[in-house]
This record gives sequence, C-alpha cells and structure tokens, in this order.
Amino acid sequence: MGDGITRPSDRILEVEDVSLAFGGVRALTDVGFAVAKGELFAIIGPNGAGKTSMLNCISGRYRPQKGTIRFQGSDVTHLSPNHRATIGIGRTFQNLALFGHMSVLDNIMVGRHHLLRSNVLSGALYWLGGAQKEELAHRREVEEIIDFLEIQHVRKATAGTLSYGLRKRVELARAIALKPELILLDEPMAGMNLEEKEDMARYIVDLNEEWGMTVVMIEHDMGVVMDISHRVMVLDFGRRIAEGLPAEVMAHPQVRRAYLGVADDEEVADEEVAEDGAEAGAGR
Amino acid sequence: MDWTLFLQLMINGLIVGALYGVVAMCFVLIYKASQVVNFAQGEFVLIGAWVCWFFLTKYQIPFVWGFLLTLVFMVIFGILIQVVVLRPMIGEPVISVIMVTIGLSIVFQALMKWAFGVFAQPFPPIFERESVAVFGLEVRTVYLVSLLVSVGIMAGFAYFFKATRMGLAMRATAFDQQVAQSLGISIRSVFAMAWAISAAVSAVAGVVVGVVNGVSSALSFIGIKVFPAVILGGLDSIVGGVLGGIIIGLVENLAHFVDSQWLHWGNLIEVVPFWVLIVILMIKPYGLFGTRDIERV
Repeated sequence: MGDGITRPSDRILEVEDVSLAFGGVRALTDVGFAVAKGELFAIIGPNGAGKTSMLNCISGRYRPQKGTIRFQGSDVTHLSPNHRATIGIGRTFQNLALFGHMSVLDNIMVGRHHLLRSNVLSGALYWLGGAQKEELAHRREVEEIIDFLEIQHVRKATAGTLSYGLRKRVELARAIALKPELILLDEPMAGMNLEEKEDMARYIVDLNEEWGMTVVMIEHDMGVVMDISHRVMVLDFGRRIAEGLPAEVMAHPQVRRAYLGVADDEEVADEEVAEDGAEAGAGR
Repeated sequence: MDWTLFLQLMINGLIVGALYGVVAMCFVLIYKASQVVNFAQGEFVLIGAWVCWFFLTKYQIPFVWGFLLTLVFMVIFGILIQVVVLRPMIGEPVISVIMVTIGLSIVFQALMKWAFGVFAQPFPPIFERESVAVFGLEVRTVYLVSLLVSVGIMAGFAYFFKATRMGLAMRATAFDQQVAQSLGISIRSVFAMAWAISAAVSAVAGVVVGVVNGVSSALSFIGIKVFPAVILGGLDSIVGGVLGGIIIGLVENLAHFVDSQWLHWGNLIEVVPFWVLIVILMIKPYGLFGTRDIERV
C-alpha cells in the first residue's frame, strides 16, 4: 500500500475497500487507506464526496456493504457504535450535537460514561463505597480537559446558551473525555471566525502532539489542512483520488480539477476569450 | 360552603395527584428514553398490584418482602416486555408502536381477569392504625404513607437523573441517540432500564392504590388519568409529569367539590381531567414544560 507507513504495526486504523450505498446512491466506492499511530490525518473533498460517510463508517453509525475496517489490528466492521467508543474511537459531529439542557460539566461527564464503573447501587452508597473517590478522580481529569481547552469560565453554564465557537470546544472536550486512542473530527472549524479557527487548530495540534491522540479530521479550510495535517486523503464522488503529503496532494492534477473544480475550465474559458478577442481584433 | 369537605377533598387531590404524578413520570420516562407512547402504563400499575396481592395472600409473607419481590418481578417483566415486544419495533412507524402498546394493554387486562377474577380483592391489613390525625383532620394512614412514598420516588428520580452514571446516560440518550452511542452509551441497555424502572415504579403506585381500594381491573384507570397529566405537563418533561399529575388530582377533586355543593351534575370528578386535556391540546399543545416541536412527531 503506497500510504507512506513503513511498519504495519504502526497502523492504528486500516480501511480496506469500503463501499457504501444508499439505495442507488453510491456514497463510497472501494475506499481504502491507513492511518498511523500518532498521525494527524485529514480527509478533504468537495461537498457530497463521501467524507462524512467515511467517518460514519469508522465510528459505526453506518455499516459498509463491502470492505473491512480494522482498529488496532482487530476487525471492528460489525461492532456497534457504542462498543467502538468504549475501545477507543471518539468523534465529534459536523452539526453541533451538544446536550443543550445540560451543563458543560455534565456534557463532559457523559463522555466518561464507559470509564465510570459505579452503578445505581454504589451511587446510592455514595459515602460508603468508592463512588466518591472515583468521582473525584474523574473530576480531576475532566478539569484537566477543561483547562486544556480553556473553557473554565463556562464549566457551570448550560451548554445551549454558549456561543458557537465555545460549543464546538465543549463538544471536543466531551469527545476527549472518552480518552480515545483515535479521535474523528467532522469539520471542527466550520462556521468559525479566523481567531476561533486558529485556537481550534492549536488545540488539535496539541491534542495530537502532547496528548498523543491520533486524529482523523474532515476540514474544508485548506489553509488549516495544509498547515497542520501530516497526510491528506482526497475523496471525490465516493472514490479516493489522491493520498499523500499535503503539498503532494495539492499538486495532483486530478485533485485540482475535483477540488478547485473550475480551475481548468476557467483556463479553457480564458483561452477562448483570448482567441475570441484576437479574432475580433483581427477582424477590425 | 363546607370547608371541612373542601379541605378533605384537596388533601385527597394532593395524594391521588401525587400518585398520578408518579405514574406520569414513569410514562414520560419511557417516552423520553425510547420514544414509545405506552398505552399499557395502567396495566403495569394493575399487574404490580395483583402480583403483590398474590404474594401476600397466597404465601402469607410479610408485606415488606412481598413488596420487594413485586419490585423484582416488575423489573424483570419490564425488561422482558422491552426486549421481546418493543425492541423488534425499533424503526417502525409511531402508529404501529402505539398499536402494539394498546394490544399489550388489552392482553394484560384479559390476562389479569383470567388469572385473578373480576372481583375486587382487598389487601390484608398492613398498618396497625387505620388513621392518624394531621392538623385536626383524620387522614388514613395509607394515604399519608402513599404521599411519603410518592415524594420519596420523586426525590429518587431526581437523584438518579442528576447524580448517577446511568441517569446521565439516559438523559443523553433522550437528547440524541446517535451522539450518546458515539460516547459509548449502549442504547439497548438504556431502553431496557427505562422500561424496568417504569414498570417497577408503576407497580408501587398500584400497590398503594390497591391497599386503599382493593385490587381489581378498575385499577388501570390510573393509566388513563395519566394522559391529561402528561399532556398538561408536556409529553417529554419528567417534572411536568409530576406537576401535571398533582394539578389533575387537585382539579378533579375541586370539580367534585363544586359538583357536590352547587351543580349536582354528578360524576364531574371523572370527566373534568379530560376537559382539561382537550383545553390544553387546544391552547398549549406542548404542555407546560414540553419541548415545543413535540407535536411534529
């Protein structure tokens, strides 16, 4: 596989020949790629290219009709989404999906669901059992995440009342609270202003470098993708058309055609205009 | 004006209303967690009462043990209903699911009549003193205990949803199933748990009413009274269910008072909750606390 990963054991995620169709609409056709442990991997492509479908296949929301998805060497193609979350695949959503009526803290605590072992009974025996000690430990980790994403000032606020940029951050915090090995980010910077984008890019890089999380990210902002991702895959009409280092990918002619779309056509149009102009000039 | 009667009726209304509130809470719990409108909620109440009565009269065991056994039975029963009957219905149209729960209610009604007969059966006496004096009013001990039990259950619900892991998971699931799953929450176990809790807590209400009035198939009337309560409170609000229940309890007793003092139309106590239901649906279809877009469902 020409994916630039030298040792197979480094692969945290392997996607092989995945095809997904909704009735007659082919969302994904034989897509395959691999992500190395510790990598920051970006998936780009025009609207409707199948990026989110790909992410949904990895997180388990969709089951591909064909192909396999392996996580840390084991086949997860048929595992339920919640099972995948418990073995270390976290994600955020393209459209904000916070629990709007809950506090920021509660939102993040939901992310720790599978790490909390106490049930109703030991919860009732709060002071006797280990529930209190356990909760303290969890709270400490949650506070660490809150500090990292700089949302201390809103931790008690109701999530639904926050600004868009903050809500995106809280959603990221909730996904991190899962302590995933692999985190899937679906357009983490969509709809943000420049400052918010820069902050978010910094968080993602820190998450990757300092917290050691492998990141797979869908993003439309080419500047950010070029700056922070290690490798990039390009999808178009559900097919993989290129994969490699950001600079390589951007130089790829097929990518320029698919992603920048009109570029070639414009050149052609320009030439025609020029020819027309020349003819007009000649005729005068 | 007969103020003693008025006060008596209001206390009655509060106590009965708290019971409606408890059953309404159970109804909302199922609706919130699994988007099922459970028309068999009243039968859960009935089954709980019959099962407890059965343990107490057939095996002569002390009330506390019989009651605990009933709870265990209802937990298992609730999970079984969810897994066997409703899990295959996931993804089916709402109307089909509603038809299934109506079917369940008819089946259980008939089953209970077949198993335990059509006549009201009294519970063996549980409390040593029939009534206690509260502020100069004679209140039956069962009523007092039932009010305490209702408040206890409500506090328990509040604690469960605020402070426990499964409670948080349930709130998350109610809000967005896909997101909840992405955070490692098993939707299946949340559904099963919602049904188990709902069945067990409904049974508590059933036992309380059974102790007061005896057990008969008429007990499932609570399941019908719960509709005005939850519509008033908002179909997806637990607090709304509780308040709706109490308000309906008070309103029907107030109607009874007005009826017995002046109107003498008879039976207003039975009818007025449903007038409230109709009025609420006309002027505030999402209830006092419900999510606004609920009527789109």
